[in-house]
Amino acid sequence: MFLADNLPVVTENPPVLDWWLLAPLLTVFGAGVLAVLFEAFVPASRRRPLQIGVAALALLAAFAMVVLQAGSLPEGQVGTTVAAGALAVDRTVLFLQGTIALLALVSLLLISERRDGRDAFAAQAATVPGSEEERAHILAGSQHTEVYPLVLFAVLGMLMFPAANDFLTMFIALEVMSLPLYLLCGLARRRRLFSQEAAVKYFLLGAFSSAFFLFGAAMVYGYAGSVNFAEIRAAVDAGGAAIFQEGNGEPLLLLGIGLVAVGLLFKVGAVPFHNWKPDVYQGAPTPITALMASGTLVAAFGALLRVFFVPFGGSAGQWEPVLWIVAVLTMVAAAIVAVSQRDVKRLLAYSSVVHAGFILTAVVAGSSEGLAGAMFYLAAYGFTTVGAFAVVTLVRTKDGGQELGDLDRWSGLGRRHPALAGALTLFLLAFAGIPLTSGFVGKFAVFEAAVSAGATPLVVVGVLSSAVTAFFYMRIILVMFFRDPEADGPTVVRAGAATGGVIAIGVAATLLLGLYPGPVLDLLPPSGEEPAAAMADQAAGTG
Amino acid sequence: MIPWLTIAIALPAVGAVLVWALPRVKAPDTVSETAASASAGGGTATAVRTKAPAATGGPASAENAKRITLGFSLATLAVLVAMALRFDTSDAGSLQFTEVHEWIPRFGIHYAVGVDGLALALVLMSAVLVPLVVLAAWREHDDREDGGRGYFALVLALEAMMIGVFAATDVFLFYVFFEAMLIPVYFMIGRYGRGNERSAAALKFLLYSLAGGLVMLVSVIGVAVYGGTFLWADLVGGGSALAALDPSTARWLFLGFFIAFAIKAPMWPVHTWLPQAAGASRPGTAVLLVGVLDKVGTYGMLRYCIELFPSAVSWFVWPVVGLSLVSIIYGAILAIGQSDMMRLVAYTSVSHFGFITLGIFALNQQGQAGAALYMVNHGFATGALFLLVGFLVARRGSALIEDFGGVQNTAPKLAGVFLVTGLAGLGLPGLAPFVSEFLVFLGAYAFSPVPAVVAVVGVVLAALYILWMYQRTMSGPAGEKVAGFKDLSAREAWAVGPLLALILAFGLYPQPLLDVINPAVERTVETAVDASEEGGEE
Repeated sequence: MFLADNLPVVTENPPVLDWWLLAPLLTVFGAGVLAVLFEAFVPASRRRPLQIGVAALALLAAFAMVVLQAGSLPEGQVGTTVAAGALAVDRTVLFLQGTIALLALVSLLLISERRDGRDAFAAQAATVPGSEEERAHILAGSQHTEVYPLVLFAVLGMLMFPAANDFLTMFIALEVMSLPLYLLCGLARRRRLFSQEAAVKYFLLGAFSSAFFLFGAAMVYGYAGSVNFAEIRAAVDAGGAAIFQEGNGEPLLLLGIGLVAVGLLFKVGAVPFHNWKPDVYQGAPTPITALMASGTLVAAFGALLRVFFVPFGGSAGQWEPVLWIVAVLTMVAAAIVAVSQRDVKRLLAYSSVVHAGFILTAVVAGSSEGLAGAMFYLAAYGFTTVGAFAVVTLVRTKDGGQELGDLDRWSGLGRRHPALAGALTLFLLAFAGIPLTSGFVGKFAVFEAAVSAGATPLVVVGVLSSAVTAFFYMRIILVMFFRDPEADGPTVVRAGAATGGVIAIGVAATLLLGLYPGPVLDLLPPSGEEPAAAMADQAAGTG
Repeated sequence: MIPWLTIAIALPAVGAVLVWALPRVKAPDTVSETAASASAGGGTATAVRTKAPAATGGPASAENAKRITLGFSLATLAVLVAMALRFDTSDAGSLQFTEVHEWIPRFGIHYAVGVDGLALALVLMSAVLVPLVVLAAWREHDDREDGGRGYFALVLALEAMMIGVFAATDVFLFYVFFEAMLIPVYFMIGRYGRGNERSAAALKFLLYSLAGGLVMLVSVIGVAVYGGTFLWADLVGGGSALAALDPSTARWLFLGFFIAFAIKAPMWPVHTWLPQAAGASRPGTAVLLVGVLDKVGTYGMLRYCIELFPSAVSWFVWPVVGLSLVSIIYGAILAIGQSDMMRLVAYTSVSHFGFITLGIFALNQQGQAGAALYMVNHGFATGALFLLVGFLVARRGSALIEDFGGVQNTAPKLAGVFLVTGLAGLGLPGLAPFVSEFLVFLGAYAFSPVPAVVAVVGVVLAALYILWMYQRTMSGPAGEKVAGFKDLSAREAWAVGPLLALILAFGLYPQPLLDVINPAVERTVETAVDASEEGGEE
């Protein structure tokens, strides 16, 4: 700091920013800002290709930089923090960020898909559904290219969420991720009232959960005297900040853990905080559902793993029993409710809740095997689920307009469209955890971690829940392949290059991670250490 | 060294992909059917490819698909026979033709295959049955839009997994095949089966097996956690980490495996999926389902339950023997009451599997040798019976006993073969199943006289269900129900003939089979007996 000698000092410790390590986030952020400017200055007719191009480039660049950063981490070193300890850059974070960037890229393909000049989004969201004005906008071919900057900001939040190294940064990431998603949920072209209802529900419940998170963070601050994860961890080990010398700060910490957990469990959709998922997944435009079901879930679990393993790692004895109960509830309740679902998007939503329960068993394991298992599961599940939603976008009602989610009317789909139904079958088998698919390796990884950690009863609940979920996955296959096509069956629109590509990527990832998962598993934290050892955490100002 | 087993697993898998990916063409009226090879099939297909998207596989491509399927299944059999000739019988108790390659190093998972005498016998039995099933199913799917190509692709895919599941020597790999096998069968029953109940039957079959498999997954994970490895060879024996396991953990792990195998076997009271599944199956599917898939259950009991957790066995002996006896009697009684022949044969199998599990858990040389021999013989005898019922179904469009009568007047050869096969099923001396049944009785008697006596009742009942079925369908005056019945065609004779020959051959001279099976069984018995003696000393 040779300049500091003869210049006025603004702060005592000016943060040293490692721009390279921040570059993935800044790229996505910059692209988002640029995209907003495009909306203002580029003529409407030319916006779409420009927006798609910028968004895709930004996500690709972010992925490439994440890979380079992971490659440049010195052997034996976990990682570091940047921006005065606000963000962690370690192997765990980089793996999750890379996964999120790829999943967002794949979802972007789906978002950009357009048929007869129409995409999945409302022509003009501000018009009243069913009004003359709306009709006029549809006829004029209006479109919301604002979708792309919104997606970029949401992805920025997703990339930040698992990387945050203090509660305030994490809260900001949470909001940056959520706010655009609330909006995007309400933009469906068809069944707009339904979509808007989903958006309002998601917003209200999401706002509540954010408030819980913030309250929790405040409690923890009261206990530890800091929001920084490393300092909280030290405080937890020491029994509280200096003012709690008699150990009487415990209630504050427990309240804090509980409230923060509510906020995070809401985002991952664990029972009893799962009620938003079916409504939102069903009402949102399907490409956005795909983004939420993959990217958001990875980000939320990344943050959850980080919070429980790093700042609260020292008080595992307190939170583990609670997560046990949540995991059991999630696996059992969601599986049972899912059995009676008839709409494919609602079914996939409940399925996502059950999968969240499986991943929670790995969190409960509290080991680095658990961490690695959860990370692999997230990556495997993400690609499969995007592929599944891509298939859903293609199955429409007879007139070819609206998606047909009613599973009972999918009879004979496998006879008429073997390739499409075959791809969906593969995804469903992966969800059910049948060997030779990625879902099985993921399930094995999390269950193995749980058994190693002595949580065998939890695994028994898990396999029984799997057996129940298998029923409804297999039932879809039954309807598609074993029943004869009906006269009023669905129309399958021809997959465009983008949607076809998404399905192909989903199939490839599902098979590859199922048959040859070694290379991806090698990227995960090594087993045998404390999970926190795989995560960088440094006190504020040392980054 | 030639990787025989890998070739035998890969061949049908490749064949399945080929049949499935065969270009879908609408054939012109005249198709030169000179060559049956795959390349010729492809050549014809590209030459006559039409633009019509509606063509989803005409007769020509379906015929080619069948020929390719038959070719691949025969080639697989040839490979396995060549391998069997190199099998060292004097060392049949240890694994031969072993291959070990790392697959998922992080979890210590290997692609590891190898066979001892028992596995070799079962692998060969599977490989013998598949081409015969293909022959028997030749005309079954002609009226389908795809001419049955999908079915034949599934048969080949299933064959690869059947060989894999018997040959796997890594517990994880075994589990992979064990579970993955269900999917082709699910489609074979649900999509290509018979009757209106087929999708419900397929779903029931899948859910039962999957539930069992998932329970087993916990035990598989337990093996890795407590045993430290998935390699079977490192897990067995006194020096392994599993041998030092505390008894209650060993019992739980044993139980996890056992539940899955009992569902598969199928043992009373978790057998209820089988009659429905067999009733809704095409006969060929039923042959593979009952003849091979269910054997995985009894094979697993020997290979995994007993050998991995010998210390837990003594605790389970009496309950399992009890369930076996119930299965024997219950299966036989229900078989007598069936009106559908497919279901009848399925119930006889519940009874037969009771004998097999009884032999296994008698825990002595005769009992287990008999059980192992029974597995092979039952595959041939019941396989033949299912195929013959299938021929009847093909003629009449029904499997109900009341729809037949006096067949021996119109189709004497068919009736004769049916009788011989039926007699094999009831354990007539001179036919293969008799030898195994006799050994099981010896073993059971040596274990304890009461179960042996109860089991004998099963044989009496077997005579009743077989002969009564024969009487109602084959003898008596030929009514109009069976008018115009054709006798066995050449194709049908080729499908069932080899099985009859094997039943006769092994009935008169079972020694070669016993030579390869016995050493493997001796090993299992020793493991179990040693462990129970140790347990007694403590």
